[in-house]
Amino acid sequence: MLTILFDGIAYGMLLFVLACGLSVTLGLMNFVNLAHGSFAMAGGYITLVLVNRLGVPFFPGLAIAFVATALIGALFERTLYVHVYNRSHLDQVLFTIGLVFMSVAAVDYVLGSQQVFIQIPNALQGRFELFGVGIGRYRLLIIVICGLLTVGLQLILAGTRFGSRLRASVDDARVARGLGINVNGVFALTFAFGSGLAGLGGALGAEILGLDPTFPLKHLVYFLIVVTVGGTSSITGPFLASLLIGIGDVAGKYYVPKFGAFVIYTIMIVMLILRPQGLFARAAGR
Amino acid sequence: MPSQLVAQVTRRLARRARWRPLEYVFWLAALASIFLFPGRHLILTEIAWLGLFALSLDLILGYAGIISLGHAAFFGLGSYAAALLAKHAIITEPVLALLASGACAAVLGFATSFLVLRGSDLTRLMVTLGVALIMREIANQIPEITGGADGLQGVIVAPILGMFDFDIFGHVNYAYCLSVLFVLFLLARRIVYSPFGLSLRAVKGNPLRAASIGISVNARLVAVYTLAAFYAGVAGALLAQTTAFASLDVFSLERSADLLLVLIIGGTGYLYGGLIGAVIFKLMQDWIANLTPQYWQFWIGLVLVLIVLIGRDRIGQWSGGLRALAEQVVRRIAPGAMSPLAGGSGKEVAGEGH
Amino acid sequence: MPIVLETKDLEKHFGGIAAVNRVSLQVEKGARHALIGPNGAGKTTVINLLTGVLRPSAGRILLEGEDITALEAYRRVRRGLARTFQINQLFLDLTPLEAVGLAISERMGTGGQWWRLVGTNPAVVEEIVEILERFHLTDAMHERTGNLPYGKQRLLEIALAIACRPRVLLLDEPAAGVPEDERHEILATVAALPADVTVLLIEHDMDSVFSFAGRISVLVNGTLFLDGPPEEVARDPRVKAVYLGESLDA
Repeated sequence: MLTILFDGIAYGMLLFVLACGLSVTLGLMNFVNLAHGSFAMAGGYITLVLVNRLGVPFFPGLAIAFVATALIGALFERTLYVHVYNRSHLDQVLFTIGLVFMSVAAVDYVLGSQQVFIQIPNALQGRFELFGVGIGRYRLLIIVICGLLTVGLQLILAGTRFGSRLRASVDDARVARGLGINVNGVFALTFAFGSGLAGLGGALGAEILGLDPTFPLKHLVYFLIVVTVGGTSSITGPFLASLLIGIGDVAGKYYVPKFGAFVIYTIMIVMLILRPQGLFARAAGR
Repeated sequence: MPSQLVAQVTRRLARRARWRPLEYVFWLAALASIFLFPGRHLILTEIAWLGLFALSLDLILGYAGIISLGHAAFFGLGSYAAALLAKHAIITEPVLALLASGACAAVLGFATSFLVLRGSDLTRLMVTLGVALIMREIANQIPEITGGADGLQGVIVAPILGMFDFDIFGHVNYAYCLSVLFVLFLLARRIVYSPFGLSLRAVKGNPLRAASIGISVNARLVAVYTLAAFYAGVAGALLAQTTAFASLDVFSLERSADLLLVLIIGGTGYLYGGLIGAVIFKLMQDWIANLTPQYWQFWIGLVLVLIVLIGRDRIGQWSGGLRALAEQVVRRIAPGAMSPLAGGSGKEVAGEGH
Repeated sequence: MPIVLETKDLEKHFGGIAAVNRVSLQVEKGARHALIGPNGAGKTTVINLLTGVLRPSAGRILLEGEDITALEAYRRVRRGLARTFQINQLFLDLTPLEAVGLAISERMGTGGQWWRLVGTNPAVVEEIVEILERFHLTDAMHERTGNLPYGKQRLLEIALAIACRPRVLLLDEPAAGVPEDERHEILATVAALPADVTVLLIEHDMDSVFSFAGRISVLVNGTLFLDGPPEEVARDPRVKAVYLGESLDA
């Protein structure tokens, strides 16, 4: 059972890294980016090409994937997304779904539709026993990396000037602008960073979640659930929500395999009924 | 004199609901298509039920302002219901089965309607998507009933009203779908021009003020959501009956997303948007699929992106202009036809046009 | 005169802040009752509580003796309580004709009918025309509301509330944002309201208040500070102090 907990935590933390960019985007600019999963997919496939085809070692591959996806995110943000910031949510949904369709088809065209596997180093394969609990090496790596990222994010948010600008902008963009904060700049940087994180998550998660062109659509629901349940005004909200969902999903699929998937959807709907603004959200100043 | 003004207003309101010449043209063309394009009845049938499906989304999106990413839930339920009714010979007559399937979808719509009453647009997106995915998962988890991932096969559809047998060329299929579409369209048209329909537009425009003049906002939304679910269920049932098949993808996100595109292409809020969008979408899909059968989703995505970038308002203006032009042409050909409203809200059939 | 609208120790908290603090207000039938106070005093919050847009944290609201504290907003309208908004809340895509018609149909109970067409109920149409004439909106009645000039929109704002035939009407700064030359029309319309309609009015223009109101309640920081006839309020030196921002000795 502890193994299940462990696996659930690994999945949850992975989800968090994948989804936190989406959460900040939504909280910061009130922008529904359903194409967030496409950036994750991009990171995964970039790592695939680097590691499997070009022989780049795993960890540098991850790092390059992060940077590359962040750059792609920045590019898309400046050229495409800027045009739809002020549109209705429906427009944003349509726009980003369109991007998802395009990305899914493009990847299918270039790299084929079968599921792919990134070659992970031998040291990370298999599991070992620790106090009677089965610990998967790769999952342990995920927990470590994601844990470090989470701590790092929290430090940036709480300890740096950029972090306080970001928090101010999320809280109330209009007032933040009035204070001289370059909210658009903050957003561009955050969007790029969030996309990079998604890309890293996609690369890390290829082993666990599976990587194929339908990735953005398959996992979209989970990202949205994290954001909805966790709220958009903090890091801890989505973090705890991700853990909840990760553990719930793994445990659900193990203990009640027929209804495993329902557990997650039901949690989401119940949450939305009880607390439409998310479990952990404070009242935003919007 | 006041009574003169009253009479004038009454006349004007009555004129609003009257059929425009362009509407006659549309339905005459639809009727004619049965005879003019006998070889294209398969795609025309798809256009018919897709148009009905889009019409049902227009009811909640264009008229009540509810954004749904999971309208496929009702479509899929109607589809499976119709397939199962036929396969297990519970209700063999297709029209009755159609009504029963629509009713099933309506029950689901009613049950889930309270989920979309509260919350922001994003919440509604999430909840509707969640419901559709749950439905898909349910269908996936009971393969002994639904056929699971392989789909439900062995559906045999009896003759319509005991008289018209479905034929392999799809002629009866098409006439059947078109008739169902027409009847349900008439009903929808009546509803949107009624006080109920007007109150929906008010709720969409300003729910706070709607409540402040005594409109029970939740009751209206539940009613229209249930109705839209019925329509979507019927559309799904038509799909099942005309293809003798039902599969899990009726519940998919892609289907709900495609549906949004269909409605957006045609324009929301004036009832014909879904129908026109269905025609354009299917023809476009057919054309693109002939060019690049595997990757047509890319071009669909591109169309979506472009539509949003160009702006639905601008497209609405263009289509409004096109429609005004078409009206002029028709009036020249048939000078006895009535003239459209001058001024007013800009769109001649109830509602805005984006 | 009997009390038609009453609050008992009405409270509303937002987080730690009491926006409305134990307000006990009484409005007599047929009154011209003004609610005044500096910005942020909670006047609009009181209106929102009275109409059901907000739920109170504590306290009760009685309409003609009936406890409506838990009643939904739209039901209060059907009980005879209507309001206007400080910032126009209109149906921008509907015409004044349609909007007023909606309010009237809802009142008559025919608003939910889906089988008959709009405009086929002669009683409704007659009343729409009558109201639009009263508010001088007949020349604009087929225009899209969003295209109307602000003054006409403001008149429509009031017309919509009147179309509900309220017994108690809550007006939230009816002349707000209206240019000087059009304010007269708005205020004349308010003054011309039937005598049996009870009016509770939020207003900042003191001339209008003192000429219109038979009774004035002063709200400061969520608390009902003073309540009485205009002469009494005008005489009280604390009222001026409150408006000028000076601190009060309790």
